[in-house]
Amino acid sequence: MSCALPAFAASSAAEPAPPFAVLMELTHRCPLRCPYCSNPVALESASAELDTATWKRVLDEAADVGALQVHFSGGEPCVRKDLEELVAHATEIGLYSNLITSAVLLDRARLERLQRAGLQHVQISLQDAEATGADRVGGFKGGHVKKLEVARAVVRQGMALTINAVLHRHNIDRVNDVIDLAMDLGAGRIEIANVQYYGWALANRAALMPSREQLLAMDAAVRGRLPELAGRIVVDYVVPDYYARRPKSCMGGWARRFMNVTPRGRVLPCHAAETIPGMAFETVHDRSLSDIWRDGPAFTRYRGTDWMPEPCQSCDHKEEDWGGCRCQALALAGSADAADPVCELSPAHAEVAVLRDRDAAALGTEWTYRGL
Amino acid sequence: MNAIAPHIAETDRLRLAPGVMLRNDRRRGQWMLMGPERLLVLDEMALAVVRACVGAEIADVAAGIDRLTVEYDAPRTEVAADVLEMLTDLRNKGYVVT
Repeated sequence: MSCALPAFAASSAAEPAPPFAVLMELTHRCPLRCPYCSNPVALESASAELDTATWKRVLDEAADVGALQVHFSGGEPCVRKDLEELVAHATEIGLYSNLITSAVLLDRARLERLQRAGLQHVQISLQDAEATGADRVGGFKGGHVKKLEVARAVVRQGMALTINAVLHRHNIDRVNDVIDLAMDLGAGRIEIANVQYYGWALANRAALMPSREQLLAMDAAVRGRLPELAGRIVVDYVVPDYYARRPKSCMGGWARRFMNVTPRGRVLPCHAAETIPGMAFETVHDRSLSDIWRDGPAFTRYRGTDWMPEPCQSCDHKEEDWGGCRCQALALAGSADAADPVCELSPAHAEVAVLRDRDAAALGTEWTYRGL
Repeated sequence: MNAIAPHIAETDRLRLAPGVMLRNDRRRGQWMLMGPERLLVLDEMALAVVRACVGAEIADVAAGIDRLTVEYDAPRTEVAADVLEMLTDLRNKGYVVT
């Protein structure tokens, strides 16, 4: 996740600065089946989901720990019938509500109810610039057209709209069309996000990885348009990790800005943290978000710089990229304690290029849809 | 290709972008613009500029610059240059719209 936010000054080492936002994955259920879904490969079932009263308590605790925003996410958060009630509760206690959605279950009436409850912002994912490709990736016929309809309704109702476009081998050549579409829809912001290879996407890497040529053409197209887009649409551009020389500041640094709560109430420093072996995760039934944020073992494990190995420890960039992504270090270097191998200073960096080029050449590989 | 978006001018009328609100966070003791998945902490000067120049009740940016010129007892040309630059930056970051 990219992040253009100020870090709030910490009052002391024992008392970390509060998080900016809490991501609430209300459910893992989703009508779409995108092969790069960010949910864990082992999805949590509907019967395990927290009930309305517990989510409200978690919202109270999010405000108590000092979070300013809540991201209602999933899965598809709109499958929860209590979404309006949860948004209303967030508004009542002063939290700013974002809805991260596929939009295919939304209609104007529900959008109006959500807006009345205080919803400020809707982020809608698009799988492509055109319906055939988009519906194939999402595995949901008619999804693309429905998304466009809902996106226009969001703007008409005066709420903020972000278009989230995830790029990979099959749609990266249409990046200009995606940008044009987002502007035509009246989006205030577009996230141009290249697939990040964890979970489902890691399993489907050979079916999704773009070629170097595709990547360079996309990068030139986006950078070339940035001056023209300034003042018209905000562009959050996530450079694809496997073609980068420096790692991204994942989550704005481990346990520095975000908390994530899974459908059944596990509290994570990032949505992919459960892939890391040997981590102890607390739940909302164990302790308050404030306690977990302050000294929960999963949160303190990679917070700050003390945990860092070389080459991070002596690196000038260690408080910019915070060592990159722990889940990626695990996936590519075999250990979450290692430097993110995306960094050219990592001893495992050369292997990233080998994996990338091998998978980029695996044309014709079919993806596996996300599913239970 | 489209032209580069122009700088904010004194004749523009500005409002907060959809989903953006001015908030005071008491815990942190900071004023901020809160927007979609983001926020911008405002220092004293930025807060004064937003209050003077952004909102449906304000005639135009020029009126805000006039007010700030009086409030800060500074040469109008200098105030105008700083204000227009700051507002252009806020517009480019998506916090205000014309």
